[in-house]
Amino acid sequence: MERDNINIMIIYILWLRQIKRYLRSKSRLIGSLGQPVLFLVALGFGFGPIYAKAGGGNYIQFLAPGIIAMSILFTAIFAGIEVIWDKQFGFLKETLVAPVSRITIMFGRTLGGATVATIQGLIVFIITLCIGFRPASFWGAILSIVIMFLVAMLFTALGTAIASRLEDMQGFQLIMNFLVMPIFFLSGALFPTIGLPEALTIITRIDPLSYGVDALHNVLSGVSGFGLGLDLAVLSVLVVIITIIGAWQFSKIEI
Amino acid sequence: MQENLSENIIEVKNLVRNFKEIKAVRDITFCVKKGESFAFLGPNGAGKTTTIRMLTTLLEPTSGDITLNSFNAHKNPNETRHSFGIVFQDPSLDTELTAYENMYIHAVLYGLKKEIYIKRIEELMKMVELWDRKDDLVKNFSGGMKRRLEIARGLLHHPKVLFLDEPTIGLDPQTRNYMWNYIKELREKEGLTVFFTTHYMEEVDKNADQIAIIDHGIIVAQGKSEDLKRKTNTTNLEDAFLALTGKDIRESFGSDGANRMKMWHGKR
Repeated sequence: MERDNINIMIIYILWLRQIKRYLRSKSRLIGSLGQPVLFLVALGFGFGPIYAKAGGGNYIQFLAPGIIAMSILFTAIFAGIEVIWDKQFGFLKETLVAPVSRITIMFGRTLGGATVATIQGLIVFIITLCIGFRPASFWGAILSIVIMFLVAMLFTALGTAIASRLEDMQGFQLIMNFLVMPIFFLSGALFPTIGLPEALTIITRIDPLSYGVDALHNVLSGVSGFGLGLDLAVLSVLVVIITIIGAWQFSKIEI
Repeated sequence: MQENLSENIIEVKNLVRNFKEIKAVRDITFCVKKGESFAFLGPNGAGKTTTIRMLTTLLEPTSGDITLNSFNAHKNPNETRHSFGIVFQDPSLDTELTAYENMYIHAVLYGLKKEIYIKRIEELMKMVELWDRKDDLVKNFSGGMKRRLEIARGLLHHPKVLFLDEPTIGLDPQTRNYMWNYIKELREKEGLTVFFTTHYMEEVDKNADQIAIIDHGIIVAQGKSEDLKRKTNTTNLEDAFLALTGKDIRESFGSDGANRMKMWHGKR
């Protein structure tokens, strides 16, 4: 009982640390909004007329959930990758010599990173409202927060698992170009995944973000590909699996 | 060796650590007595930091036993971790947080109760003269201030042993002097055991009761400063150190040492 309380306090304090770091780095907060805004405006209004002509309807309605998912993906992966910073700048050692299990530490920081990514998603959500996006229903908008958090947990844990294996930031570019970008572009965030070439269809089915984007489309735009049940099931199972892998990789860190 | 065993707060037996084919630490055995100030010396890449990493449970030994405060470091890592505090060679503070927040996180990580840590944090931060800067972000601190904060943090959970890995590197003489006086006071007051590494031999002469010198992963000499000087027929500790470990610079000499240096490079 006593031990449980201590563990909860530790998870809370590591969560709080991530939140404080996020709120204090204003440049990071604002800088990370530049990309989604650019995508929304350039793609949203740029492809809007063609999309409408092709019979797709309002492109902003389609694009907004995808861009929300994108901002969560990037923020979450980045929050996970921060483990490398902590390795290089030393704070990780402080947590690793403490009488705390590595799983608790990993869980606390992953929760913190995921919360930050969810907040980032919500800010982008508000921005999409400003440029004309209208969610299908109020309850859909509420449910979307749960989906955002699941996506955020999934990719923060993935980032942590990867960062636990890396020595320094040199591999970061590699991860961005060969993992994060493909996950984003092949997720159906920018285009509908119906009627794609077969190879691409398979890839979008493998891409975990596809299920997050589809779930957001489902609750925010009222269109469904895989069905909300399948989306939530896949996301939840993946969150559990990737968190376990992340915790396992994290527990193997030697510094 | 007929003092009873509980007198020894650290016991290291046949400790070995290999990194692939490189033998960083090869079979070292030593004891540190309760309340002692123990200097662990050696040239760069000799195995000092690897040993400290094993003693502080950051690294699993390849073989051998470590007992710290009568806990086995391998079998009871958490009890062992409660028993020591450490000031690392490189700062391990979160520079984006305030000094107080760094202390607070430490208190929570070590499971201290609120009524205890509120008092202790204030006490310790006043002692290292950082209380008036408690709400400043650590990134605005000088090297000496960070070091002082780390010492205060390392003592927050009242450890029995304090590890200091090159604690005075890059500090001015004033701060060095201040730090050692402070540690001396703590030892007298609390019976704290101090285990430290350094390259400044005058610090060792002034502050160490016992010295062990490690080179190429083995302990080449152990004793008081006078013992080492007598043994090597030298008049000061620096000469004794050089007599025991040779005058070659490690990066450029010996395939084994060179390999080890590569290991250490950027990965201490």
